[in-house]
Amino acid sequence: MPAGEAAVVRVRDVIKEFGPLRVLDGVGFDVARGQTVAIVGRSGSGKSTLLRCIAGLETVQGGSIEVCGHAVGRPGSAARAQLRRDVGMVFQSYNLFPHLNVERNITLALTLVKKEPKAAARQKAAEVLRLVGLTDKLLAYPEQLSGGQQQRVAIARSLALSPQVMLFDEVTSALDPELTAEVLAVMEDLARRGMTMITVTHEMGFARRVAGLLVFMHQGKVWEIGPTAELFASPKTAEFRQFVGSEL
Amino acid sequence: MNQLSANHLLYLLIAAEWTVVLSLIAFAGGSVLGLAIALMRVSKLGVLRGIASGYIQLIQGTPLLILLFLSYFGLGIIGLKLVPLVAAGISLTLYAGAFLGEIWRGCIEAVPKTQWEASDCLGLNRVQQYAYVILPQATRIAIPPTVGFMVQIVKNTSLASVIGFVELARAGQIVNNSTFEPFAIFSCVAAIYFALCYPLSVASRYLERKAHAGR
Amino acid sequence: MSYKFDFAFMAERWPDFVAGAWLTVQLTVLAIALGFALGTLCALARVYGGPVLRRLVGAYVEAIRNTPLLIQIFIVYFGLSSLGLKLSADVSAVIALTVNMGAYSTEIMRAGIQSVQRTQLEAADCLGLTRLQTILHVVLLPAMERVYPALSSQFVLLMLASSITSQISVEELTATASLVQSDTYRSFEVYLVVAVVYLALSALYRFAFWLIGLGLFERKRRLGTPL
Repeated sequence: MPAGEAAVVRVRDVIKEFGPLRVLDGVGFDVARGQTVAIVGRSGSGKSTLLRCIAGLETVQGGSIEVCGHAVGRPGSAARAQLRRDVGMVFQSYNLFPHLNVERNITLALTLVKKEPKAAARQKAAEVLRLVGLTDKLLAYPEQLSGGQQQRVAIARSLALSPQVMLFDEVTSALDPELTAEVLAVMEDLARRGMTMITVTHEMGFARRVAGLLVFMHQGKVWEIGPTAELFASPKTAEFRQFVGSEL
Repeated sequence: MNQLSANHLLYLLIAAEWTVVLSLIAFAGGSVLGLAIALMRVSKLGVLRGIASGYIQLIQGTPLLILLFLSYFGLGIIGLKLVPLVAAGISLTLYAGAFLGEIWRGCIEAVPKTQWEASDCLGLNRVQQYAYVILPQATRIAIPPTVGFMVQIVKNTSLASVIGFVELARAGQIVNNSTFEPFAIFSCVAAIYFALCYPLSVASRYLERKAHAGR
Repeated sequence: MSYKFDFAFMAERWPDFVAGAWLTVQLTVLAIALGFALGTLCALARVYGGPVLRRLVGAYVEAIRNTPLLIQIFIVYFGLSSLGLKLSADVSAVIALTVNMGAYSTEIMRAGIQSVQRTQLEAADCLGLTRLQTILHVVLLPAMERVYPALSSQFVLLMLASSITSQISVEELTATASLVQSDTYRSFEVYLVVAVVYLALSALYRFAFWLIGLGLFERKRRLGTPL
């Protein structure tokens, strides 16, 4: 990261345990504004847990996480409310609200949390749907959409709240290859527009193309970290070399 | 005014035996009727299906208390005057038959279609299919909800008190009429009902969980 | 045996039946609304509450579901008044029916609330919704939609069960019947009439809950598919 520029996301010595199991063991890294970070690793390496910690969905047992200069905070705290304004999260299982149509899925938080008037929220919904190429699905219900379309709506729903940082938790893992492509295209587009993004992903091709920074997690630790191209060109550890070999 | 005493409690417990007897009558009668209703509901003949579903609609749309009065006064019309146990037995049977019929229909329909097809291919006729393939499987599915429904039967026998049949609820009223301690007495009565019903509820839930785990 | 049916009493007494039915409707609509609200709160406590609250609600549900409504009504009406809390028969009836409805609603709504996956709560959390907003907008409606058939059956059952309140001389439909039959000695006919009125009320309630369901569940109305 260029000297002097403050990190948007700052992760320091994070420890996370589930009972006796230590899932994150002193994890730390910084993310600069506008940067796209890909977190890769085998399942069980702790990468999804790390993302959930940044999103405030898990409480950490040690270390600190700051987003835009604020701590993640406890549920209900002012810091947590700030985190919700700064961070958008997209899940592997989309998690659209099945009883609400696409427009209401997007406007729900705008009207309830941001207290925007209905008309403004609707306009925002139309805007973000255009960004993900689903203008015609405004009034559809989640069950009427393909998995890829649902995931694009989920991205739009997060985008509508104008977050500083977007987190993507294996967002294409539940999708067929052709649907994966349409979701990745949306994410690439976001990266080009300068959105700060942290994505946990299995898509090595996407990581290579889009991510500026690559984080390889192994056994709950940041095993290797660096500019994506460099890491792929000259892996420093046997584990990463092996991982890259197995993913290709 | 009498004090509430151990004798009163004994009286309640003896009356509770009649609650159990009436429950068993209703369950036995309701089972026979319910099986017939369930089989009619899944029959190939539209007429039978119509009759059964009409019957269910009728019974499930009328309060048991009204059924009880109709049985009681209806029996009076045909000359069987004032036999509360018979009237209660009939109305509870009619009631249990409708609900058990509906529960069991669901259980029969829960047996996978492929079981019908497979037994058909083996050359079994419809009666044989029911007897050897479908009903044995449906029975397993039916046990938890049936045990659960027995709770409803036990509780609903309390309505027989209204036509003067001395079971637990009526006994409670009788004791109350002499002691005037309704809170204590009806709490005792409730506790006895609870002691009868709760084990059935627990058993039903346990069987349900076991059935789910087995699948 | 030759019995001649005689419904002549209806010419004079039909207003009594209308009044009785109207009271039945009032009592049961009130008890259904209050009982459903109580049950929903208890179901939320049962699913999201702490261990003490969960136990308390569990005890309430078991106590009510394993004892007859008749005895519950007696305890509220005779029992509480003997303890110094004098309540009118109508108020006692509404209380007993509400408490009864609440226990059954708790069990039904609990199943519905548990069917809403944890990930839905996480998604709502990540969008910044408060816990209350999440429950209102993300949990309750889908929960209710999934168990709505069971709920509306239970509502109809409560309406029918309200006939038991006649035993503490609430002058609803069944009590009206026993009044008229003691005047006319046409017991069987009177109860036949009342049975028909109850059947009509059942159909009316079913229709009303179907309409309410249409209003509440927009997705279901448009797509017709189960959630």
